[in-house]
Amino acid sequence: MVLSCSVCDVIVLPFICIFKARRCIRALKAVRAEHVAPQVYSTRWSSSTVPRITTHYTVYPRDKDPRWEGMEMERFADEADVVIVGGGPAGLSAAIRLKQLANQHEKELRVCVVEKASQIGAHTLSGACLEPTALNELIPDWKERGAPLNTPVTEDKFAILTEKYRIPVPILPGLPMNNHGNYLVRLGHFVRWLGEQAEELGVELYPGYAAAEVLFHEDGSVKGIATNDVGIGKDGSPKDVFERGMELHAKVTLFGEGCHGHLAKQLYKQFNLRENCEPQTYAIGLKELWVIDEKKWRPGRTEHSVGWPLNRNTYGGSFLYHLNEGEPLVALGFVVGLDYTNPYLSPFREFQRWKHHPSIMSTLEGGNRIAYGARALNEGGFQSIPKLTFPGGMLIGCSPGFMNVPKIKGTHTAMKSGMLAAETAFSKITDENLQSETAGLYIPEYKEALEKSWIWKELYAVRNIRPSFHNYFGLYGGMLYTGIFYWFLRGKEPWTLKHNGLDSAQLKPAKDCAPIEYPKPDGKISFDLLSSVALSGTNHEHDQPPHLTLKDDSVPVAQNLAIYDGPEQRFCPAGVYEYVPLETGDGMRLQINAQNCVHCKTCDIKDPSQNINWVVPEGSGGPAYNGM
Amino acid sequence: MSARVLVGVKRVIDYAVKIRVKPDRTGVVTDGVKHSMNPFCEIAVEEAVKLKEKKLVKEVVAVSCGPQQVQETIRTALAMGADRGIHVEVSGKDYETLGPLQVSKILAALAKKEQADLIILGKQAIDDDCNQTGQMTAALLDWPQGTFASEVNIEADKLKVVREIDGGLETIKINLPAVVTADLRLNTPRYATLPNIMKAKKKKIANVKPADLGVDVSSRLEVLKVDEPPQRQAGVKVETVHDLVGKLKEAGRI
Repeated sequence: MVLSCSVCDVIVLPFICIFKARRCIRALKAVRAEHVAPQVYSTRWSSSTVPRITTHYTVYPRDKDPRWEGMEMERFADEADVVIVGGGPAGLSAAIRLKQLANQHEKELRVCVVEKASQIGAHTLSGACLEPTALNELIPDWKERGAPLNTPVTEDKFAILTEKYRIPVPILPGLPMNNHGNYLVRLGHFVRWLGEQAEELGVELYPGYAAAEVLFHEDGSVKGIATNDVGIGKDGSPKDVFERGMELHAKVTLFGEGCHGHLAKQLYKQFNLRENCEPQTYAIGLKELWVIDEKKWRPGRTEHSVGWPLNRNTYGGSFLYHLNEGEPLVALGFVVGLDYTNPYLSPFREFQRWKHHPSIMSTLEGGNRIAYGARALNEGGFQSIPKLTFPGGMLIGCSPGFMNVPKIKGTHTAMKSGMLAAETAFSKITDENLQSETAGLYIPEYKEALEKSWIWKELYAVRNIRPSFHNYFGLYGGMLYTGIFYWFLRGKEPWTLKHNGLDSAQLKPAKDCAPIEYPKPDGKISFDLLSSVALSGTNHEHDQPPHLTLKDDSVPVAQNLAIYDGPEQRFCPAGVYEYVPLETGDGMRLQINAQNCVHCKTCDIKDPSQNINWVVPEGSGGPAYNGM
Repeated sequence: MSARVLVGVKRVIDYAVKIRVKPDRTGVVTDGVKHSMNPFCEIAVEEAVKLKEKKLVKEVVAVSCGPQQVQETIRTALAMGADRGIHVEVSGKDYETLGPLQVSKILAALAKKEQADLIILGKQAIDDDCNQTGQMTAALLDWPQGTFASEVNIEADKLKVVREIDGGLETIKINLPAVVTADLRLNTPRYATLPNIMKAKKKKIANVKPADLGVDVSSRLEVLKVDEPPQRQAGVKVETVHDLVGKLKEAGRI
């Protein structure tokens, strides 16, 4: 009695097919909507009626721009053995592993890490509850070396919230959200510590320099990266202080840009890496740090909730961790799946609203908020892992996406993927008899190593939990599935559920949805957007082209505003996008406040027109998180 | 010209970061907070490097006082074009109480030791806003000073400085050696690009202790407490001028 659903091509058991039907119909509608929009508007709107927003050279190439005639465009180039893009857990673990191997085998190896943040850890944001498995393998004596894992988990609580009540749900041992043996960490500080370990081993760290361009050999393999140019004015013209970025060439380049990296986006197209996997799905995580009343502080307590204020069909939930780092500090935050359908939903305001729940307010009352930030995270899991290696390069960490969604942990898998990439790259680079077909090394052994590792087993076991939410009962259907199938079968069920398609295709038109009435922030527990953004310490050189580039400047007003009531003004956690009235009086225009950007990547993911392309701004710009 | 320029650079909390007072009210939280070179010091370094490029000076030496981390700031100055650096090691309690008087004593001692002909500093630091170090250094050395400079030119043996003052601009001519403090409009600092950062790793940074220079860094000031500024209260709207006058009288303002 096994049926095969004709639309979503999955083998379903009878009672699940009822839930699937709605999803299939939604998928069909999404496909239809995707094809309608672009053609209708590009012929009717000319760019002369729309104020110019985008000036970046990735949209308006400089070789055709008269202002750039005669400018010196030569770049200084340097050679390394391995270049790593991104100084986060994956990138630094890879760097450390490479140097450990080099020292062990007495080989010289030049490893360079480029990182867009001004200091290592400044763009890192996570809950975070760290499973120390990968760290134990990488640096077994981490405790003696002073790794900032100061808060072992002592209490683990899970609940379903309603508007007024909190219904505790027991966490049975064996369920993925069991946290025994894990540590609550300030990931930014952990990443900073990893950076120090890397430097001690001789890794060259270059924070403040963003990788802006992938370089290719003549044979199409990856040659390395080029860092960002500096000194380009807001209008796209060169300033007096203009200088070209630098080229870093390597035998192999590891791309660890984190969730939805902009270079990875390019590489997916270039090497067709996503042809055999599902599109990645995402969530946005917003986080704050609070210093609370000492009487309410329970160091080591881990609290998660689902339910209110989200409805059962919007995936998401909260976390609240009591840290043990001297002062009574709690890290709390809210995650909203970016496959939500109502364009009036504002993840930021849901977060602020959630804090007013009686059970949360009791912890926060009398406390002080000291930090704020946001970042997109992966939810696709096993089904969305792309091809990971291509000639000259490899993808590591949250960039391809190894997050264990029900556990809400991705740091340990990111670190392990970096370590495996390092090990396979090291063998290839130091192999004296190597005959490489391409100038940049192709290392398929990385994928094989991953498939044999615990990452693969772990992600395979939980692959069906997130997609199980795509049913009529939403949250409750998903919890039921997890309780029945995961707890008994641990992911051994023979089917693999599919995701719903691209997150950007999920929004319903505004006219079909009800606006959400959010309460005004009270300034003590909940806050307004701009004061929150100020706390992130984010800043960018203002006289540079906006790095949130639009392929077509007319699309925001013509499509996003017209059909979806401008969802970007609500999903951006930093207030970058604003629809303001035109100076002439009639109509609106999109204003991009690029300086506010916290590099979360949500706009690139959720834009229903997929018109926004986030590119990296001048290095050192972005948030100044301290231990987030 | 065989002139040597000494440039002072200070590592301060980045201007875009929200400051937080420490729970014990003795100062502000600095651990892990983003720091960068004081913007006015960047302008000072740029001016010195410009003078070197015009071949008016021979060598630019960047100096910073503080713990190990200030070496990053000196490296940035080296990447912008300074030739070598001097790190004056001051850490712990001494660093927390380090102020303009001690720094100016250190700079004066270094200027004599290095036989500097010109000292360029930022007009003030954005963390303490003292605006004293340049002036004190000039006084200790008994050198002329051109502060709040928005334009600096070397003419023969003298320095022509255009200063930004309350009433407008003042142009003075001072003898060398001199102390100049940089104001905002002096120049636009160049970026420290990656190839230059890599080259800067090879440039020398000498380590010196204040005691070696004969300077006592103990402070004569004691910080009693540090508080956040009072929360901005909401305003009150009134309907008529009469009401306004009434409210002002109530508040004891008139």
